[in-house]
Amino acid sequence: MLNSISISHVFVLDQDQALDFYVGKLGLEVSNDLDLGFMRWLTVRVPGQPGRDVLLEKPGPPAMDEASADQLRELITKGASGFTLGLTTNDCQKTYETLVSRGVEITQEPTEQSYGTDIGVRDPFGNHIRIVQPVQVATQRS
Amino acid sequence: MCGVTGDRYERTEADCATAGLLACGLITTMSRAIEEFNRRQLRARDAMDRAYAQPLDIARLAGIACVSEAHFIRAFRATFGETPHRYLQRRRVERAMFLLRETSRAVTEICFEIGFTSLGTFSRTFHDIVGKSPTEYRRLAKVKAVPTCFTMAWTRPSSLGPSSFGEADTARRQ
Repeated sequence: MLNSISISHVFVLDQDQALDFYVGKLGLEVSNDLDLGFMRWLTVRVPGQPGRDVLLEKPGPPAMDEASADQLRELITKGASGFTLGLTTNDCQKTYETLVSRGVEITQEPTEQSYGTDIGVRDPFGNHIRIVQPVQVATQRS
Repeated sequence: MCGVTGDRYERTEADCATAGLLACGLITTMSRAIEEFNRRQLRARDAMDRAYAQPLDIARLAGIACVSEAHFIRAFRATFGETPHRYLQRRRVERAMFLLRETSRAVTEICFEIGFTSLGTFSRTFHDIVGKSPTEYRRLAKVKAVPTCFTMAWTRPSSLGPSSFGEADTARRQ
């Protein structure tokens, strides 16, 4: 049966702006940037972590009609795309400070949860991203 | 419209085509404007989520959303289906539920920590929304994802003390 999640996607409203955010600010790296003619296949990943890509997909024709794309854009910009991406870090506080210094919109300051310390981040379009520093397995088993 | 040919049918068709293009252009322009509008409203809502314990500051939020104060409440409601006041109130109650469930902090302490300034208002609001008093909610709520060592220590039936986590919790606060 299945053995991994290899690719997932986030709808973005502008792929250049998405690159600026996901690579320039969040610190991911480009794994593919191909002009397929009918679309720009743009994927990013955590540096040095092959096998798990996020497709930064721009909604629009010919994949969907203009009116549907407009509806999608309206929903994304009001935050209705929900929880789109979850990332992990070794140091949530430091990551938070770095992202703030880069002007990233924070939706939740570092907060201790039962599963670790996490922050909430908004991408330029309205997508919600969470970054968690998981509690150590050793602590969980204590 | 050129209207040069003088042919009524052609002119009508041309008019329709132009009107169609115009409509498309208008729709596109309108939807871009809606996107920017939505994104600014979301920015204001995020500001509330980030600092839910602070007093509701409509002027500041309207500034973030780039609309006038008078327009903000209406605009927010049109975007998210509830007023900023109600949104914040329910965010605070959600945070209260979290703290009641996941911590052993006193109800009064939680009330002030999440931004309520009166215990009476907090209790009434909480009950209206949740259907239970904060104390009752705490007693019935299940602690989520608590480390196994805790559940083993606290939920084991015992003759040494109260027989359940909830009862122990209630007894301790009374």
